[in-house]
Amino acid sequence: MRFELTPRTTVSPVARALAPVAAFIVSFLIAGFVIWLMGRSPIAAFDVYVLQPLSDPWSLQELLVKATPLALIAIGLSYCFRASLWNIGAEGQYVMGAILGSWLALKTHGTEAGFWVLPLMLVLGIVGGALYGLVPAFLKTRFGVNEILTSLMLVYVAQLTLDYLVRGPWRDPKGFNFPQSVTFDPSATLPPILESGRVHYGVFFAVIAVLVTAVILGRTLFGYRLKLTGDAPRAARFAGFNSRATTMAVFAISGGLAGLAGISEVSGQIGQLQPSISPGYGFTAITVAFLGRLNPLGILVAALVVALTFIGGESAQILLRLPLDLTQAFQGILLLCVLAADALVSYRIRLVTRGGGK
Amino acid sequence: MFSRKLFGAFAGVALAALSASGAMAQAKDKIKVGFIYVGPVGDHGWSYQHDQGRQAIVKALGDKVETTFVESVPEADSERAIEQLARTGHDLIFTTSFGFMEPTLKVARKYPNIKFEHATGFKRAPNVSTYAAKFHEGRYIIGQIAGKMTKSGVIGYVGAFPIPEVIAGINAFYLGAQSVNPDVKIKVVWANTWYDPAKEGDAAKALLDQGVDMLAQHTDSPAPIQAAEARGKFGFGQASDMERFAPKAQLTAIIDDWSDYYIARAKAVLDGTWKSEDTWGGLAEHMVVMSPYKNMPDDVKKMAEETEAAIRSGALNPFKCPIYGQDGKEIECKGNGALSDEQVLGMNFYVKGIEDKIPQ
Repeated sequence: MRFELTPRTTVSPVARALAPVAAFIVSFLIAGFVIWLMGRSPIAAFDVYVLQPLSDPWSLQELLVKATPLALIAIGLSYCFRASLWNIGAEGQYVMGAILGSWLALKTHGTEAGFWVLPLMLVLGIVGGALYGLVPAFLKTRFGVNEILTSLMLVYVAQLTLDYLVRGPWRDPKGFNFPQSVTFDPSATLPPILESGRVHYGVFFAVIAVLVTAVILGRTLFGYRLKLTGDAPRAARFAGFNSRATTMAVFAISGGLAGLAGISEVSGQIGQLQPSISPGYGFTAITVAFLGRLNPLGILVAALVVALTFIGGESAQILLRLPLDLTQAFQGILLLCVLAADALVSYRIRLVTRGGGK
Repeated sequence: MFSRKLFGAFAGVALAALSASGAMAQAKDKIKVGFIYVGPVGDHGWSYQHDQGRQAIVKALGDKVETTFVESVPEADSERAIEQLARTGHDLIFTTSFGFMEPTLKVARKYPNIKFEHATGFKRAPNVSTYAAKFHEGRYIIGQIAGKMTKSGVIGYVGAFPIPEVIAGINAFYLGAQSVNPDVKIKVVWANTWYDPAKEGDAAKALLDQGVDMLAQHTDSPAPIQAAEARGKFGFGQASDMERFAPKAQLTAIIDDWSDYYIARAKAVLDGTWKSEDTWGGLAEHMVVMSPYKNMPDDVKKMAEETEAAIRSGALNPFKCPIYGQDGKEIECKGNGALSDEQVLGMNFYVKGIEDKIPQ
């Protein structure tokens, strides 16, 4: 006896739209059951995890802060993933963007450099991320090297480069030899939107990226080419689409957006370079991209949802003393349920009894 | 009109007086104490020791305190977690990793009535204290033990990152070894991690392969000392007592003990006597504790105990002058007969006799 997945002949659009909602309910039920097993109240947990963060201005602001880099990176990744190119190295592109952008901040530190510093830093951030993203793309198109391996390994190269810089040439001379750069001047700081708030202008970059991507994917030949390259590479070649150019383009876009996220975080949140500038945004964004089904608006929502699980998880640790492991398990359950719900919309489960198969 | 204005002015003065007294130190009946840990609590290591300190507060002050912790907080994303504690009524917040320095200061500026305690940092504010431990005192002792016990004459050291605290630890360890064995050699391997059993184990094995028979470590996992145990060599526990991981190899362990300090600081907030200050405690303050000396001859044990007593009483400073740099030149002595605190806290040179280079 075994189970078989058979494709459905017709896929209900209503089911497709409701699948994520169902996935959420199921994952909350599973998590609630676990919390109940631990002898805690699932209702209180739901309140602390979801309702309180969504009803409090401070948490809402933190939600945007956390979702901004996730959305920016995931939007970029969606270009690659749509073309079935597996860029796993967004974390490295994020770091390289931050490094190149910060170079200017450190060069102009303590000078009278004016308003042009910040915009140029952002541009350098994009360039740094894009160039770094082009490395695995080049290796793939030129030598056929698997991009999953190269992009992932380049993450460590980027992190160690940053490590070298902040412990060596870019170390703050007045910082007791601790591994960190000087704090950036105001001219090199991405300002908060509201004074005393923590939401910086990076949030607009994320929204713009979502809108532009929606137009590109839905309305342009390039968007169509991406989809075709991913779904039917042979057909794309016959249609005269250059898959090499597509590969280079999507890696550059993906890397550029990750680099923009990197320089935005460093200049808007952290305010200096230090050995660790990302709590794994580049990897979490992969989850976000798939949770959002590679759809720009979906990614925006997914970024907010994943941000909510982080913030709710912290509240749960503080207010209910629920362990961190539960938050991480919940994130896993959520992703699994969303992917399962999507699969069940397109496929039906058939129970095959012995001898009934072939 | 006039009287209203006057009343308004009066109310304003009263309000100002009220808020002034609120800002002033005031005794409290009950406080909430929060902790931010950089790693998981687990059952040994850096964050575990801080959590032991948290539990000590609960034990000592009972229902006068309520404690909370948030574990595995990434340094680049810690500001929100710290602010969550500040917003949920915590009166005293310990942020227990160097990387939390700037976020702690940022949150502290927003919440002037909450007291913050940042471990191992160097920036303070009216409501931010800093504290750290003189682990190098313990390292001088284990250096002496290693120098005395080594048969190959080569001792090994697994370092985490080449930051001043670790460099000072290596120097203190080597000076201790040299004091009893002038020709002793040291080999250092950088694991570039605070906690990664696989990397630390590899580093330890590389050292053992090079003929090292005493292994010190400035990383948190028991992997190095376990590697020593497997080869029949000796090692020293780090942060927590690691005897259960290496019962035959552990000679002693340098234990981080934050309990006394944490209890004192919580009491100070309860009494209204908390002040921003910088604390750097060692063996004398019970912040650094040596686990029982084992697996060694009696004379070595006696020497270790005497050294420990001498450091505790202040008769011995591991960095007593003269101290020579690798080039043989004497380091300027800025303290009272020893290197100054600033020189130790910012140490970025090796002492004479270490044939290695600090990675830059």
